[in-house]
Amino acid sequence: MTGKKRQTGKSIRSVFLASAVLMFGAPALGAGDIERGEALYGKCIGCHQVGEGAVNRIGPQLNGIFDRPAGTVEGYRYSNGMKRASADGLVWTREKLDAFIEDPRILVSRTRMSFRGMKDEQDRTDLLAYLQQYSDNPSDIPEATPRVVGADHDLDPAVLAIVGDPAYGEYLSGECAGCHQDSGANDGIPAITNWPVEDFVIALHAYKSGIREHPVMEMMAKRLTDDEIAALAAYYKDLE
Amino acid sequence: MKINRRTFIGTAAAASATLSAPAVLGAAHGRPKVVVVGGGAGGATVAHYLGKDSGGAIDVTLIEPTRRYYTCFFSNLYLGGFREFESLGHSYGTLASDFGVNVVHDWVTGVDREARTVSLASGGSMAYDKLVLSPGIDFIEGAVEGWSTASQNKMPHAYKAGSQSQLLKAQIEAMPEGGTYAMVAPPNPFRCPPGPYERISMVAHRLKQINPTAKILILDPKEKFSKMALFQEAWGDHYDGMIEWVGPDFGGGNVSVNPDTMEVSVDGEIEKVDVCNVIPAMKAGHICEQAGLTEGNWAPVEPTAMTSRLDPNVHVLGDSSQQGDMPKSGFSANSQAKVVANNIRGQLTGSQIFPARYSNTCWSLVGTNDGIKVGASYEAGEDKITKIDGFISQTGESDEVRKQTYEESEGWYDGISADMFG
Repeated sequence: MTGKKRQTGKSIRSVFLASAVLMFGAPALGAGDIERGEALYGKCIGCHQVGEGAVNRIGPQLNGIFDRPAGTVEGYRYSNGMKRASADGLVWTREKLDAFIEDPRILVSRTRMSFRGMKDEQDRTDLLAYLQQYSDNPSDIPEATPRVVGADHDLDPAVLAIVGDPAYGEYLSGECAGCHQDSGANDGIPAITNWPVEDFVIALHAYKSGIREHPVMEMMAKRLTDDEIAALAAYYKDLE
Repeated sequence: MKINRRTFIGTAAAASATLSAPAVLGAAHGRPKVVVVGGGAGGATVAHYLGKDSGGAIDVTLIEPTRRYYTCFFSNLYLGGFREFESLGHSYGTLASDFGVNVVHDWVTGVDREARTVSLASGGSMAYDKLVLSPGIDFIEGAVEGWSTASQNKMPHAYKAGSQSQLLKAQIEAMPEGGTYAMVAPPNPFRCPPGPYERISMVAHRLKQINPTAKILILDPKEKFSKMALFQEAWGDHYDGMIEWVGPDFGGGNVSVNPDTMEVSVDGEIEKVDVCNVIPAMKAGHICEQAGLTEGNWAPVEPTAMTSRLDPNVHVLGDSSQQGDMPKSGFSANSQAKVVANNIRGQLTGSQIFPARYSNTCWSLVGTNDGIKVGASYEAGEDKITKIDGFISQTGESDEVRKQTYEESEGWYDGISADMFG
């Protein structure tokens, strides 16, 4: 997240890439194009971090995802849908990841992951090749410099620091609940339950200022004050 | 925080839906009583939120005649073949079991505002401290010459969902090849402003599949209607040549019908049709008038908490209310319900009352994966609910945007259903 880290990350990364070529010979597993995959990962970075120092945000961090049992990242609050899939024994093999990315809700019904799916097989292959770097060799995880949610916003730190009143947030949430289900179900409208406060606040301010475009959300956010946004974030963070 | 209150008070859950409950309620409890009449987007939401947020401090009764409620919103998608009928149906079990709402399936036949009681069709009465009326709409008798509710089986309105929706769908599917479906559209104000025109789109979609030479005729007393440019664009794109809209300049406002002969007279010119969907002019649900809470066709309310202008112990919300700028829609009623619930709870238990905030969005499906929407935000103005800001879909939007809008509308249906029924 800091400049210092970035520099270190870059150097580790170049070493790693070199070794990756040595290990697998070119092209690696599934003939994925890692650079293309990195660009495609842009669709994921709103919610998922990967690389050195990656932490759980709206979605769980993705280091070591390959061959990990589903729903097991420490400290992440999974949807009931993902918990069920986990209990049913879902393991993130390459094939399962491929199916999940193609259409999340077909593989895991009522997952909270609000992603419409990536239909193109080559796209998925490239994306997985990119992600696999962060799984094959956990001790050498390269830092993914621009992968940090919230790094590209210019929100006043004072606004981000506002501590919201969850009781007020609960009342205000009535306006959200007509569309966004508390349960985290997200068919057609994304889930907002249990988002980290910072992501919630950044997203609503982005709608408010029009950086993020969506007619309903821009209208809803436009009349929310900074305190009201903080209140909503505080409420949704802990919603069960 | 209170979110985990699913287990509180079991009382009403077991007794719900029995008619013995009213008699019990009269005397014993010191808990304040709220009676909600009508279990649609307004009433069910009020009951849900009062039950959820009061933690058992308020005795909440919801009176709704039907055990299974079919939403009017999305019933057009059933006509178009995009949804199963049963997907529109919801029951009140969760409100009773998880939120302590006393659900009573009965008709309210009268309101005694002096004594603060409502009387029920099955006999008996129920006391209230606060009354919420959310009965939806009724039709104005005689609004379309030749039509009365007695003829609704020949010429259905299908503007209250349920068996009427099924009847209309069956009639459309039984039309002779190349036959004519006519709609008599209502004058303003009416429930769901884009509703008739979404319906036209859905009927056209269905006919294009099963009866492509059929014709659709809209007889409309209005010069213009909600999302007009968007609908007309879609009709041209998807159903070219199938739909004829007759506005008031060409007799759309001078219509009479004969249900026995299936004839429609437009400015004196008689046309024989195969299906005639009459959506008459509307007024507040009958109980509002019976309670003496209407002026003209609707029940006037003040804008901060939808309190009746004629009785401070009664809130009227949803389609029946005359509140200002908000359209009559399920989304509006659901939005108003949350303001009303917060206000009633504050009045009865001293919890904090927050300023009203209202909003509305109406999605319409005009073809496969082709959704459009219009919406606005509102606040309590000086003497009416006042529009602050709004948006509308644009003509010529990409297929991708339209598909997303449709998918969003499906998500909204799930969202509002959960918000109404728990």
